[in-house]
Amino acid sequence: MTKIPITTTVNGTVHTLEIAPHQTLLELLREGLGLTGTKCGCEIGECGACTVLLDGEPVNSCLVLAPQIDGRNVSTVEGLMRANATDPLQDAFMDHDAVHCGFCTPGMLMSARALLAEDAHPDEASIRTAISGNLCRCTGYVQIIEAIKHVKP
Amino acid sequence: MTTQRTHIIGRGERRVDAFGKVTGKAKFAADYSLPHQLYGATLYAEHPHATITHIDTREAERLDGVFAVLTAKDIPGENAFGIVIKNQPVLACDIVRYYGDGVALVAAATREAAEAALALIRVEYAPLPVLTDPEEALLEGSVKIHGDSNIFVHHKVRKGDIENGFAEAEIVIEKKFKTQFIEHSALEPEAALAEPAEQGGIRITGSVQNLFSSRRSVAAALNLDLNKVQIVQATLGGSFGGKDEVMTALCCRAALLSLRTGRPVKMVNTREASMRESYKRHPYVLSYKWGAKNDGSITAMEITCIADGGAYASMSPFVTWRSVVQATGPYRCGNVKTDVYAVYTNNTYTGAMRGFGSPQVNFAIESMMDMLAEAVGKDPLELRLQNCFETGAETATGQTLDHHVSLSEVLTTAADAAQFSAHWKSFRGQTSGAKRRGIGLACSYRGVSLGAEGTDAAGTIVSVQTDGSVIVSSGITDMGQGAQTQMSQIAAEVLGIGMGRIQFLNTNTSRVPDSGPTVASRGTIMGGSAAKRGAEIVRSTMLKVGSHMTGEATGALDFRDEHLVRMSDGTHLATFAEVAAECFRRGLPMYGFGWFQSPKTSWDEERGQGEAYFTYVYGANIAEVEVDIETGKVDVLRFVAVHDVGRAINRSAVLGQFYGGVAMGLGYGLLESFDFEEGIPKQLNFDEYLIPTSLDVPPIRPVVIEHPDPAGPFGAKSIGEPANELAAPAIINAIANATGRRITELPATLERVLLGHALSRTGERGSQHKTSDESCKIRPAGL
Repeated sequence: MTKIPITTTVNGTVHTLEIAPHQTLLELLREGLGLTGTKCGCEIGECGACTVLLDGEPVNSCLVLAPQIDGRNVSTVEGLMRANATDPLQDAFMDHDAVHCGFCTPGMLMSARALLAEDAHPDEASIRTAISGNLCRCTGYVQIIEAIKHVKP
Repeated sequence: MTTQRTHIIGRGERRVDAFGKVTGKAKFAADYSLPHQLYGATLYAEHPHATITHIDTREAERLDGVFAVLTAKDIPGENAFGIVIKNQPVLACDIVRYYGDGVALVAAATREAAEAALALIRVEYAPLPVLTDPEEALLEGSVKIHGDSNIFVHHKVRKGDIENGFAEAEIVIEKKFKTQFIEHSALEPEAALAEPAEQGGIRITGSVQNLFSSRRSVAAALNLDLNKVQIVQATLGGSFGGKDEVMTALCCRAALLSLRTGRPVKMVNTREASMRESYKRHPYVLSYKWGAKNDGSITAMEITCIADGGAYASMSPFVTWRSVVQATGPYRCGNVKTDVYAVYTNNTYTGAMRGFGSPQVNFAIESMMDMLAEAVGKDPLELRLQNCFETGAETATGQTLDHHVSLSEVLTTAADAAQFSAHWKSFRGQTSGAKRRGIGLACSYRGVSLGAEGTDAAGTIVSVQTDGSVIVSSGITDMGQGAQTQMSQIAAEVLGIGMGRIQFLNTNTSRVPDSGPTVASRGTIMGGSAAKRGAEIVRSTMLKVGSHMTGEATGALDFRDEHLVRMSDGTHLATFAEVAAECFRRGLPMYGFGWFQSPKTSWDEERGQGEAYFTYVYGANIAEVEVDIETGKVDVLRFVAVHDVGRAINRSAVLGQFYGGVAMGLGYGLLESFDFEEGIPKQLNFDEYLIPTSLDVPPIRPVVIEHPDPAGPFGAKSIGEPANELAAPAIINAIANATGRRITELPATLERVLLGHALSRTGERGSQHKTSDESCKIRPAGL
């Protein structure tokens, strides 16, 4: 099968890769790059567990074909920590008990990260809208919303 | 029991597993891989009920990259599992009984090859008549799924004399209710990675909820001793009761393929496979008939429930047992006759799901209570307070509640928080406006842990290291509910150390004792009690050594803030680590194995009488809704949840259970229904099976009530399931308050709210009238 050459930046690291045309970004991250922090929950773009940032925009990585990331920037949950320190968003999730089973957490964090990049002090309605594509079966979203509200700048 | 003074207990400490989960380091089952692993896949039944006449695997075997194609005949041991009745096959042999039965397995070098091989397996079927209606299953002439009768459970409760009870009655209310199949919808689909073990046997890393029951079935299927089957729990991405038998099947299959090929085999369910194969929450048909006096006192309850068990027995005998115990709700009544049946059909089998037989009966009980209130002209709160259990009350099963029964406090707390009675009165009888407000109340009592269902004991190991750090492990598993955190917090309290000093190990069946399943909201009370004992054993040793080190009497010493302290003045005498090092130097064990066995329970199966559970919890929920009477749309505007948890070990985690339980209950009441057409599931992913999103869940006001119970560690009881069993009836009662119409079938879809019945999409065209609710019968007694 023809492989497609791409160059992409994932969490700040440049990768030059040859990938199958039908491979999804989710598969590339988890299997090709070993970044298993991004989760696979439905593969049809409904649950949001696979949310990553593509040039800063949240996307369902199960719906993005890997060749589409050529020349673009991908951020995943593994890229949130800086210099061995957790991001204030991660701290807020831990402090507000926003993490139960943790399977939706990576996607939630990335959706929240995108929201906070646009608006450092979002109101509850914007938070609810921003994470409405991320399903969570454990928390009822309450503590997740609280966490995002209370991220220290 | 008074509340003990504590240091860490009760605080909202960070979870012990939170760091791994916010950084992407936590490894869930599908995140594990091994060199040279193969990918396993399951071929499912093509009919919900059929005889398998022939299977031809030759073409699949010849495909490049295929290492094994297996069918039932390749299972060396027992091809049947089940907790009570062993009738579920690892792979169907002669007959398929539901659309999610596995028929054949493939192991291949890639997922693609495995999928391609599945398509090449030729299975010939002779279809059999399909039975999908649980009421039809009761009929003599119906198709039989196993043996001569479809009825495989009949639980009874008999108290007093219902004929006398109805004779005394001045009002009789009779109503039939129906509930739906519910998919657990844990965000993580099932996954397992099996590898041949060095000394024979198998090691499985998987998303397994109940490792010890899955291990028993793997050992039986593979003809192995239990010590040759090691199951390691990966970080579990939610379960809600849903990763038991379906994971047993997946573990057996991955193990079979791995032992056959000699290679590691990874199996990961797609969402579609998960929804197709995995068991659901039981739909019930509930017939309730109550007699009451005009003053609202209840004189008789006659209750019949039929649970659709689907194709296999699974947990039905236990699920329906909780229903029979709790079917009257927490209300005094001297004359009770309850019958709960479970029947086989060709629907997906049903089993454990958060609530475990209570969400169904609570929907009926709490609807009946509001109907009775209406009939006798009382407000729903007043009627409940009049009838509800107090300390010393006798339940329908003849058990005297000798612990502190806080139900009236729970009810009034909830009512005050929501201003229930004032709203309820003002919302009644609205006749104008398209959008109408309503408020609804529901309450319950719930037996803690397994009760007389079976053996109830658990073990936790607390091991202090020479530097004072601590490793804790347990047979009780964490699925996201926070069991590891609760047990750590309890150990930290006993040892006087911070949570940061504790490392919790995921459960491994070869390293911790069989502690039964992590179900029935028993994690904190059982695993936590065991953790307390384990920590106390080590503490006792360390205090003796501390006494030698300091010359102080052991009774004068304590561990606080990671130090050995003199209790009288709080002076730090040594660090916890120094005492640990000294214990090691003296050759003393710093390993505490805590074992906890629940207090005695009893059950007389024939009369349905006994001490069903060793203690109970009490809760109340209030929902305020807005109903659009032109479209049938229901918005939940506000919610109040009040639960007496005994004692909150970790306040944040307890609140998390409140919130998550309400959200899941909202799905049960308004959104979710896993539907079948002739035994074939109609929804296989989240595009059609809708669970609540962040836009559906209202603001929730939680109130934690704490009456510590001597049965639990530091007085703690349960919250996981109590939190989930009341939202639906509270919402349904609120809809009735808003519209004056009562919904008797879940969920309250637009059609049921607007038209009073459901509409069903068929494969043909347009929509078809599917069901119509039978009108409620409220009549004077004797007619």
